[in-house]
Amino acid sequence: MPISKLGRPFFALAVLAALIALPPVADAMGQPALTSMAARILIYGIAAASLNIVLGYGGMVSFGHAAFFGVGGYVVGILYAHHASGDPLFGFIPGSNQLLVTLPAAILVSGLAALVIGALSLRTSGVQFIMITLAFAQMLFFLFVSLKTYGGDDGLIIRRANEAPWLNMRDKQTVYYVCLAIAVAFFALLWRFVNSRFANVLMGLRQSERRMAAIGLPAYRYKLAAFVISGMGAGLAGALMANFLRFASPDMLHWTKSGELMVMVILGGVGTLFGPLAGAAVYIILESVLASWTEYWQLGVGIILLFVVLYTHGGVQALALRLAGRRP
Amino acid sequence: MTAPILAVRGLVKRFGGLLATDSVDLEVLPGQIHALIGPNGAGKTTLIAQLSGELRPDGGSIDLDGQTIDALPASARVARGLARSFQITCLLSDYSVRDNVAIAVQVRQGHSFHFLRNVRRDEGLRSEAETRLAAAGLAERADEIVANLSHGERKQLELVVALATKPRILLLDEPMAGLGHAESQQMIATLRELKNEVAMLLVEHDMDAVFQLADRISVLVYGRIIASGSADEIREHPEVRKAYLGDGDAAC
Amino acid sequence: MTLFLEQLLNGLQFGVMLFLMAAGLTLIFGIMGIINLAHGSIYMVGAYAGALVITETDSFLLGIPAALVVAAIVGILMEVTVIRRLYRRDHLDQVLATFAIILILNQAITILFGRQPLFAAMPAGLGGSIELLPGLIYPVYRLAIIVVGLSVAAGLYLLINRTRIGMLVRAGSTNRDMVRALGVDIRMLYTIVFGLGALLAGLAGLMAGPILAVQVGMGEQILITTFVVVVIGGVGSIKGAFYASLIIGVVDTLLRAYLPGLLRQFMVGSEADALGAGVSSMGIYLLMALVLLARPKGLFVADS
Repeated sequence: MPISKLGRPFFALAVLAALIALPPVADAMGQPALTSMAARILIYGIAAASLNIVLGYGGMVSFGHAAFFGVGGYVVGILYAHHASGDPLFGFIPGSNQLLVTLPAAILVSGLAALVIGALSLRTSGVQFIMITLAFAQMLFFLFVSLKTYGGDDGLIIRRANEAPWLNMRDKQTVYYVCLAIAVAFFALLWRFVNSRFANVLMGLRQSERRMAAIGLPAYRYKLAAFVISGMGAGLAGALMANFLRFASPDMLHWTKSGELMVMVILGGVGTLFGPLAGAAVYIILESVLASWTEYWQLGVGIILLFVVLYTHGGVQALALRLAGRRP
Repeated sequence: MTAPILAVRGLVKRFGGLLATDSVDLEVLPGQIHALIGPNGAGKTTLIAQLSGELRPDGGSIDLDGQTIDALPASARVARGLARSFQITCLLSDYSVRDNVAIAVQVRQGHSFHFLRNVRRDEGLRSEAETRLAAAGLAERADEIVANLSHGERKQLELVVALATKPRILLLDEPMAGLGHAESQQMIATLRELKNEVAMLLVEHDMDAVFQLADRISVLVYGRIIASGSADEIREHPEVRKAYLGDGDAAC
Repeated sequence: MTLFLEQLLNGLQFGVMLFLMAAGLTLIFGIMGIINLAHGSIYMVGAYAGALVITETDSFLLGIPAALVVAAIVGILMEVTVIRRLYRRDHLDQVLATFAIILILNQAITILFGRQPLFAAMPAGLGGSIELLPGLIYPVYRLAIIVVGLSVAAGLYLLINRTRIGMLVRAGSTNRDMVRALGVDIRMLYTIVFGLGALLAGLAGLMAGPILAVQVGMGEQILITTFVVVVIGGVGSIKGAFYASLIIGVVDTLLRAYLPGLLRQFMVGSEADALGAGVSSMGIYLLMALVLLARPKGLFVADS
């Protein structure tokens, strides 16, 4: 491990302090864009860390997590649209622009979506699982494209970020601090989670499903639970993103978004607690640096990704060792 | 007469045209070691797979302690008290020796839908795992990653993990395979001591071990049990001598 | 009725295109254990090579070798430089590496040929229509696609069931180690299989040229539909890929053709069109969900 065990909490606190100080510092430096970049990193970090629950800890290669990210975003968007128009959704669900309502709703709905997709997809494994998660995500993508009421192809504009008690959510910096607070809470929970009994069997399933059956573990329900939790996390991230961008669109569910989330996970280190957050930072910084040079920035991303996968072995071999947390 | 802990009746498994398990009847009594021998390809591992629930038989029934377990998946059979060890060891290779045992204890204790408490700091799991490892002479290796264990140590750990599920019957798939002489002797001693706690169905090629341990021996050839009896009866059985014990290449 | 038959033929035509893609994908997975997301990129490369040569030379005939050769070369290069390193890796590495190839090829094509879609001209002589049945007039080119696709299917059947390579392919898809034990140069076999898959994808791309816009992103669109085919047919099964391709091709086409009309009988026109378009584009995925409920391993793979 690059940072000693004692050093790690210290390092995390230092990063947190920097993130808290960032908005005023960025303003003072005349670089307010840094704040919104950091917000995007935090949000994608939550999404990638959620994906990492199934991908890294559970060994299930889901290629459809953008679906849950997008569903989370659309829950915020659709509730806002109904709030603005005053018509209840399906005739009985009132719209809302309250963050304390929309975030739980987004988590719930994306969890339900993950429950249905996971229940079907987890009937298979391996390469079928990859194809099926991708296909179901594409199905939801087409669903939102066809929902003309909610903007169809063009997406759904959310005129104002959700309101929260005592906070002025029209202020971009406040939105940033809300994202930061939620990210801190999310990663604190995740830290407890990865050391729990549940994560213990989840990691066991990744190493050998056969062994876990032989000690009496019914695998399916644990994998499904992990998939649902992971989908809920991605939905939370999507809801935050919709608030941050004040926009939800089918792009959030596009299959390349699923790919991007996977790339963030692998760049930061599969199966590590903060790896996906670091990976999100690397990806977004890389994206903006490359994009400032050339409009073909994805070419650079592709080449770097190929190199990382083929040559660093940061991929999966190192993952196993790192997960055990005992060897460098 | 005591009721059998495991009773197999008329078990049949086909792979395409091949009859891998041909109307097998088999009983294991409490406190007994029942050995299953037979040449390679006789269908021993296929039989174990059906008993443990990894493979679905095409016919016949399996009773555990008088109740049918035919419809139960592998994991539910473990909860009923049927555990197995693997011929080619199948352990959680990124985990430490202790964690491999502790996770078996954890699963035995009930569902694992606990999301927040730290499992590595759970004294109950830790101490039971360490007690079991100490009993097997693996206490010093508790912190070692399984990937770093020797073959003999893995075989021992297989047994410890299986026992951690508190089985009433153990299916042992070649526990001596690949062990040196001293390690085999140690394994034989361990199994003999265990006999009073847990009944065993022992699949083994090491004839020394089989004749030292088994209360009863069944001989499986081409998916059929051609003979069943005490060690002495089996030694003298003409068909067995011809099919299996007879000199030649069949034994290994 | 003739309209229905026409749609059925359209479905068949889409189905054989899917089969050309699915056959390669499922072979490559069955034999090499590789999930290749970049299979769609080879399709795109074939389409571009074909469309460019056809446009430059005004000859569809010259476009055929161009598309096939370029697709096969790109496929073999891909195998030798990247895929070969992935055989012993897990699926996650395979997905990410081939995802990277998609990004690279898409950008490379954009840099070389821009974002404007290309259109390839119909081959001379196949541009018209033909009266198949009284009242059923159908474009000759689309019929030609069906004929080519079915011929390729028949050829693959013979190749796999009657030749030595086919024997190795069959053996390899059930037991990789056995083929290795036979002393076959497994690397060579892999390269051949990958090249064959690339060739089929290139052929599909070439034939798509005159009826679809040739543009970046076309590969991923068909790739995901192909995944649905492979899942429904059963991973590794060419026969399954064949039937599933035709099922998906026909179901998708008929849904798109008839669902909006059906819905219009119950609701307002514009809403019916929107909902119809949405549901019909989701149709094949819902079909996949149903198949998964009944037979998780696919329709044409025996459950063990």
